[in-house]
Amino acid sequence: MFKDITLGQYYPTGSVIHQLDPRTKINFTLVYIVLLFVVNNPVGYLIAIGILALVIALSKIPFVYIARGLKPLIFIIVLTFILNMFMTPGQVLWQWKALHITREGLKLSIFMALRLTLLVAGTSIMTLATSPMDLTDGMEAGMSVIPGLKRVAHDLAMMMSIALRFIPTLMEETDKIMKAQKARGADFETGNIIDRAKALIPILVPLFVSAFRRADELATAMEARCYRGGSGRTRMYVLAYAKRDAIAYIVLAAMTAAMIGSRFIQYPWPFPFG
Amino acid sequence: MNEQTAFVTHGQNGQDAQSQPIIRVENLSYAYPVEDSDQPKQALSDVNLTVARGEFVGIIGHNGSGKSTLSKILNGILSPDSGDAWIEGMNTKDPEKIWQIRKTAGMVFQNPDNQLVSSVVETDVAFGMENLGVPSEQIKEKVTEVLDIVGMSDYRKARPHQLSGGQKQRIAIAGILAMQPDCIIFDEPTAMLDPNGRAEVMKTITNLNREHGMTVLHITHYMTELVGADRIVVMDGGRVVATGTPREIFSQVAMLREIGLDVPQMTELAYLLNQDGYDIPKDVLEIPEMVEALCHLK
Amino acid sequence: MSLKIEHLDHVYAQNSPFEFKALDDVNVELENGHFIALIGHTGSGKSTLIQHLNGLIEPTSGTVYLNGVDIFNQSKEDLVKTRFSVGLVFQYPEHQLFEETVAKDVAFGPKNLKLSEEEIQERVKWAIEMVGLDYEKMKDVSPFELSGGQMRRVAIAGVLAMKPEVLILDEPTAGLDPHGRDTILGQIEKLHKATGNTVILVSHSMEDVGRYADRILVMYKGKAVYYDTPTVVFRHVDELEKMGLAVPEVKYLMRALKKRYPEIDDDIFTVEAAKAEIERVFGGERDV
Repeated sequence: MFKDITLGQYYPTGSVIHQLDPRTKINFTLVYIVLLFVVNNPVGYLIAIGILALVIALSKIPFVYIARGLKPLIFIIVLTFILNMFMTPGQVLWQWKALHITREGLKLSIFMALRLTLLVAGTSIMTLATSPMDLTDGMEAGMSVIPGLKRVAHDLAMMMSIALRFIPTLMEETDKIMKAQKARGADFETGNIIDRAKALIPILVPLFVSAFRRADELATAMEARCYRGGSGRTRMYVLAYAKRDAIAYIVLAAMTAAMIGSRFIQYPWPFPFG
Repeated sequence: MNEQTAFVTHGQNGQDAQSQPIIRVENLSYAYPVEDSDQPKQALSDVNLTVARGEFVGIIGHNGSGKSTLSKILNGILSPDSGDAWIEGMNTKDPEKIWQIRKTAGMVFQNPDNQLVSSVVETDVAFGMENLGVPSEQIKEKVTEVLDIVGMSDYRKARPHQLSGGQKQRIAIAGILAMQPDCIIFDEPTAMLDPNGRAEVMKTITNLNREHGMTVLHITHYMTELVGADRIVVMDGGRVVATGTPREIFSQVAMLREIGLDVPQMTELAYLLNQDGYDIPKDVLEIPEMVEALCHLK
Repeated sequence: MSLKIEHLDHVYAQNSPFEFKALDDVNVELENGHFIALIGHTGSGKSTLIQHLNGLIEPTSGTVYLNGVDIFNQSKEDLVKTRFSVGLVFQYPEHQLFEETVAKDVAFGPKNLKLSEEEIQERVKWAIEMVGLDYEKMKDVSPFELSGGQMRRVAIAGVLAMKPEVLILDEPTAGLDPHGRDTILGQIEKLHKATGNTVILVSHSMEDVGRYADRILVMYKGKAVYYDTPTVVFRHVDELEKMGLAVPEVKYLMRALKKRYPEIDDDIFTVEAAKAEIERVFGGERDV
């Protein structure tokens, strides 16, 4: 049962976005997020929406999955929208007793909600289009560039990669332990919060004991295969940029210029952005 | 040997490769300290053992006979209290040589899951080579080669939790093979597998020894796995109690029973019939032999 | 005690690309007091089946009747109570130990049964001794300080302490050496004889099955194919092989002998019986 869970949200389609070097994708996403806070008018936001739409289309990932990533945040987005709409001072458009909507409020609420949505969607598309292993490799490569962090980068990446490897295994084990305790009459569903917390002990203790035992055996096996940390290690697959990454970086540069430049556009924007 | 890969064995220390045993254990003793007690637990007492190039040697003993302590000493995880263990002439007590020792004598462990380090099969097989600093292109070629030898080429991109126990162990074996060891020590690799998994793994190990000339030291408590061994070493209470060919050892049914081991049903039957005065050879291992022996009676 | 399995179906991950029918219209009636061996290739549905018998998993269709009561048509509390009548020991049960002392861990089951403190202590003592451990020595020891074999016995005691009418054990000898295996199976047989309760043993060892079981249930690809005495089931050598199973080695010998000596009774599958039969047929040929 647990064998079928796709880890994280990775949705492989083999698209050109999936094939990009993870470093490209991480950098692109980081810059995109920063630029979302730089734009301040409709043109800027339209460019942001356009870029995202282009990436989603190229990735061949069904929009449903992006929407799913947004679902948990619907509440916050709506809340942001409402708060900004009612709480911003300025030229009043509509009033009822203490509540008032201003023109500035309307503009701000639209931009804020949009910014949040694009931020989540942008990060979502990155994790959907990049496998957890690739993400780990990308982050390791990224950190290694900073002087003095190379060893830490390797250690962190190794830890992450081992964790990723064992998550399905430990999930299956948790399931087994739960069933074994249920077979002895354990009940995880009834009772108040204290009861339920206590009921977790028969699961957590064996799970942790097992995890430590696994770690010990794994360490022995790794040493038996001559693992001594990161120094002197080679890799079977080395991250290497390809032509498509160069194109992506050019697009990134153009996008940056455009979004920064959009701030300087003087234009009589239609209501309420004017 | 046919065109398949033969594991060319060179003496790692430039000594005369052919005559020197790959594994040599002399007067080895080890005791585990016991909490709240002055009496340590003697796990090994005065053990002697050699494994020559190309041999398939089996170590058999019940749990607690000392066999897993022995394998830990051979891998340099534990250091003997007295006596020595040498891998290709390198003493396991020597901290300078420990990594060379581990490359030379590969080890496959009991728990299939707790040996696999990566979430993709091919990356796991590459792990040992990456640790040894092998160049990227060579790693890729070797991965293809060893996956083929263990018959798991189709699973190159699979994830460990999609594999059966027997398949996981074959991946673990591939990972060790990729490091080009001179010998492989198997520490109860089938103990946690079902009969199919056990058969898969034994087939792989036998194939490695027979077709590829790999020296094998196989530690187990299943007698039937050692039918094809060149030599069997029987351990009990930390001591070597018998050594010999499979036939010589299997026929000592009473001794084996006494130390908590099993014999194949045929051998047991031969023993019982013998006891009742029937002239059946005591070293009968398989059914056709038994049938022949009984026919000769009539 | 009666356990009736009726038209039991179980489909995993329905309506997904990973859909898998683990149980396919299983119909078996298990009478009281037998030592039943449950055999089948890996993936044949044994594990899924036994988890239905104590209500841990719910069927896609069909049901299980325990003493005439449909266990899946009850209140949740009653379903949980089923687990006290049908005890299930999983593979590598030592992985479920969690308490500070052996006695406390074995008491977990009886405590969930909400028995009196006295009754709990009595059962804990009985269960620990039933698995061949010394109660006084073990009761205050931490389970994590024991050897693997001892931990396993403590785990089994934990289920025994609930005094179930039916005891199901999923490969209780997995990972043990021959001596450990004999000890555990010996204790189980002793318990079976002492209480007369039904035991269901899931096993891959045909030799063990031949030695201890008086009924065998064979599963293949989610279906129950045979349910009969070992003598009858082991006659179907070729069918069993096609299902990825074997018969005890000694049986193959008797079949081979029967081809040459028709007077041999080949309905034999233990070493002792084989010896007796061979001595009967070849009797005149011994060197006295």
